[in-house]
Amino acid sequence: MFPSRFDYSAPDSLDEALATLGQRADETKVLAGGQSLIPLLKLRFAAPATLVDINRIPGLDVLEESNGHLRIGTLARHNQLAADSLVGRRYPTIASAAPQIADPLVRNLGTIGGSLAHGDPAGDWGSVMLALNAEVVVRGPTGERRIPIDDFLVDIFTTSLNEDEIVTEVLVPQPEGSFGGAYLKLERKVGDFATVGVAVHLELDGDTIARAGLGLTAVGSRNIKPTNAENALGGNKCSDELFAEAARLAAEAADPVSDVRGPATYKRAVVEAYVKRGLAEARDQARARAGRT
Amino acid sequence: MHLQLTVNGNPREVDGAWEGESLLYVLRERLGLPGSKNACEQGECGSCSVYLDGVLVCSCLVLAAQAAGRDVVTVEGLAENGELHPIQKDFVEAGAVQCGFCTPGLIVATHELLARNPRPTDPEIREALAGNLCRCTGYEKILDAVRAAAVRNSRA
Repeated sequence: MFPSRFDYSAPDSLDEALATLGQRADETKVLAGGQSLIPLLKLRFAAPATLVDINRIPGLDVLEESNGHLRIGTLARHNQLAADSLVGRRYPTIASAAPQIADPLVRNLGTIGGSLAHGDPAGDWGSVMLALNAEVVVRGPTGERRIPIDDFLVDIFTTSLNEDEIVTEVLVPQPEGSFGGAYLKLERKVGDFATVGVAVHLELDGDTIARAGLGLTAVGSRNIKPTNAENALGGNKCSDELFAEAARLAAEAADPVSDVRGPATYKRAVVEAYVKRGLAEARDQARARAGRT
Repeated sequence: MHLQLTVNGNPREVDGAWEGESLLYVLRERLGLPGSKNACEQGECGSCSVYLDGVLVCSCLVLAAQAAGRDVVTVEGLAENGELHPIQKDFVEAGAVQCGFCTPGLIVATHELLARNPRPTDPEIREALAGNLCRCTGYEKILDAVRAAAVRNSRA
């Protein structure tokens, strides 16, 4: 199984990568971890004339807190995020999702930027970043722009990234107060795409929800942000009734299709159960954090 | 392209490779190392598992060009002086091999697991080998082999 012919370039600077990309942007693909793109090339679902490999550009795997954000470089591998101690301490939704992506081999090469730019509605990072209100930083010929994740994700395999732009970073707001989060994923077997995934992030002030973020995986043509559910939670005190109501609203926002992974009604029911469960887990984490300070 | 890389500790050079062919193809068809197996070619099955700069990867999902200047270790690189690696012996003794097609990938993946976690628990073994599919054994004998290797580690 071979890709169709392409020219390959592996620049060692972002400027050079952007210049190559700019020459024939509509015929060029950017190669990050390659764990989705290379299969697509082999199946000839993608047949670019040029491939720009960004893996030799230094500095694109940054992972640090600065200016109120966690900066995640586009080349941060899933496994790097799963193992990072700062992420483990401060970003439970990310820490929970990372080890559930694909399988260990794929996690060793797959990147957060590549995954988001791929725009797969069954991708896990889109939901996590929706729950966390992240922004995607992209660079193009005219400079840099920061795109809220909800505007970045457009439709199935479609993002608002222009053809001549490259994702460089993901910016996640630092959590405030006592916080908790989780990613719940149902898969038929390890390495399969999610049947349903749910990302949850909560910030509590006492027992009042200062911020609630949710994201839904594989139940629509893109990762879904159930804003009605988030709004129902914000400003209210934690309770099982409130969580049940938010879960009902999130299930309403889901738009799954029946397929080999299950009927739509089942997937909607899983969304409801997982949102309820995820909120309870995030609340318990937040309370435990509050208890420690 | 002219490709230079290190394979199993030896500098190797390949002429006439195409940048877009896989590292797996380079290993098997251009360097005569058929240990890494070519099955799904989609990163699903793990039968092509190798180390790339010390990291366990599917060699079918690495382009030849990406391997330039890198350090690759295949299953052939684990045995020394014509002797099977102890993990390979454990697989043989546990009867963890039937058709054998998944075995090289599982051996490399087990080697990687035990290098970072010499006494893994059963869930840790299952997690670490989750990307390596076997269609014959039902995995129980493979788990036996990895447990045996771990016990051997604890005696060493």
